Amino acid sequence: MAERRGPGGARASAGGAGDPSDAGRREAPRPVWRGTLAFGLVTLPVGLYPATRSGGAPLRLVAPDGTPLARRYYRERDGAFLDEREIVRGYPEAGGFVTVEDEELAALDPDRSTVIDLDVFVPLDQVDPVYVENAYVLVPEADALTAYRLVVASLAAEGRAGIATFVMRGRSYLLAVVAHGGTLRGLTLRYHDEVREPADVGLPALRPADVGAVARIEAAARELYADALDPDELADAGARRVVELAEGKLARGEDVREPPLGPEEPAAELDEELEATLADVMALLRESLGRATRA
Amino acid sequence: MTVRALWRGVVRIGDARVPVRLYPAVADRSVSFRLLDRRDREPVRRALVHPASGAVVAYEDAKRGYLAPTGELVVLRAEELASLAPEPSRDVTVTRFIPAEAIELRWYDRPFYLGPDEDDEAYHALAAALSRVGRVGVAHWVMRDREYHGALRLHRGYPVLVALRSAGEVLPLERFEAPPGDLDAELVDLARRLVGTLAADLDHEAYVDDYREAVRELVAAKAAGSEGPGRRRAPAPASPDLTEALRRSLARGREEGGTRG
Repeated sequence: MAERRGPGGARASAGGAGDPSDAGRREAPRPVWRGTLAFGLVTLPVGLYPATRSGGAPLRLVAPDGTPLARRYYRERDGAFLDEREIVRGYPEAGGFVTVEDEELAALDPDRSTVIDLDVFVPLDQVDPVYVENAYVLVPEADALTAYRLVVASLAAEGRAGIATFVMRGRSYLLAVVAHGGTLRGLTLRYHDEVREPADVGLPALRPADVGAVARIEAAARELYADALDPDELADAGARRVVELAEGKLARGEDVREPPLGPEEPAAELDEELEATLADVMALLRESLGRATRA
Repeated sequence: MTVRALWRGVVRIGDARVPVRLYPAVADRSVSFRLLDRRDREPVRRALVHPASGAVVAYEDAKRGYLAPTGELVVLRAEELASLAPEPSRDVTVTRFIPAEAIELRWYDRPFYLGPDEDDEAYHALAAALSRVGRVGVAHWVMRDREYHGALRLHRGYPVLVALRSAGEVLPLERFEAPPGDLDAELVDLARRLVGTLAADLDHEAYVDDYREAVRELVAAKAAGSEGPGRRRAPAPASPDLTEALRRSLARGREEGGTRG
């Protein structure tokens, strides 16, 4: 994702200067965006939560002495540490910076900063995977459950995705809202100018190919026909090797450090934070949708 | 304008082999900004900090640690991690061809164009064969010491590999069952009619990011000395009467004739 997390963004204290009273207690999950889903004149408050997490092995950055490192904001000039509330976005302009507050960015388009208005419904297969950027789950907030189910039911029955544009953290997104397994998913889509044209890349004009060569590839492809994706084929083998290495070292007692405990524990790595948040989101969804998962 | 190839490889579909070059298909258009100290506009960075000493540790000097489920931390050395890098290879191995709808959209990550490399004939044959097959290939390759999974498909008639997220990156939301079906049938019927009234084809090209331009204009205006204040709106409450809201939506949808505003 190209966007950077700006101040006032979704994340809580990203540094290590947490309030000691928070030690050992995880904050409730916060949506990356919160606002209104509009389905015609039906409106419902929703939160957007990531439906994916970053991959790789569950590693954190540690100091040469093995202590897990915290991430903090600091001034380049004098190295002073800053809190998230003390920083602001600066856009380069005429040799200096123009600062812009989150509220100003939202005010540029107050409607789309607060409302996802599904104003057109398109066949699902027209959502082009090349444009797909990120995936989210839409979680209904209080009192919106019936309306939420209604949107799920009608999108699923019609086999269509609702399309909207909305503004999140200083950036506008094209969003496809699809029903899947009783929930609403939001897929942010790249704008057309964010995907290069073949000519821009320098690809040659397409031309008819040798019939025999086409037939050979086509025949080879037909040998590989299958009905479904095999998630095992998409396993992160690299991450698994890292975990195996680490578990082996742990079993042999090599390079093992005692964990830092108590209020001094630094803020979790972003990935871990996200993972923890996601576990909470699942619980939230489960609660919202009123039925437990199968054991 | 042309783009430099990221990587060279060979697409393998059974015995067929097609040498290709990989090009990034995504162009970054975001408006760049930096984080500043609110008080004096000094540039701010995020740094790695030792929690005990408060010392800033350079990224290159940081090691990787694995936090075991037991709470213990295992330090991994750079050479140990390097030894785990996958075997370098030029192969883009296609293992299966499946219907496009068999891949849920949230698996898709980043697209790359494939261009010809040495053998133009094989490249054009690949494009034609993919078009005739009408399915998506699931491919695996190693690029820059990393294993990739991808979907081999066509975009504007050209072969592309869209990187797929790995299984661990896609949350297992399938575990959620559909909520119990206690919806009023008439309500669902109204809602489906609304979807039908506003049905249209998706034209990706029709959507232009005018907000990005507005941000640039705001920055330019502020640089010229004007201010752009505003207040964020609170989310609207849930509609109390769904049937009434849907009826009014349908009436409005008919007036607009299903066209987008």
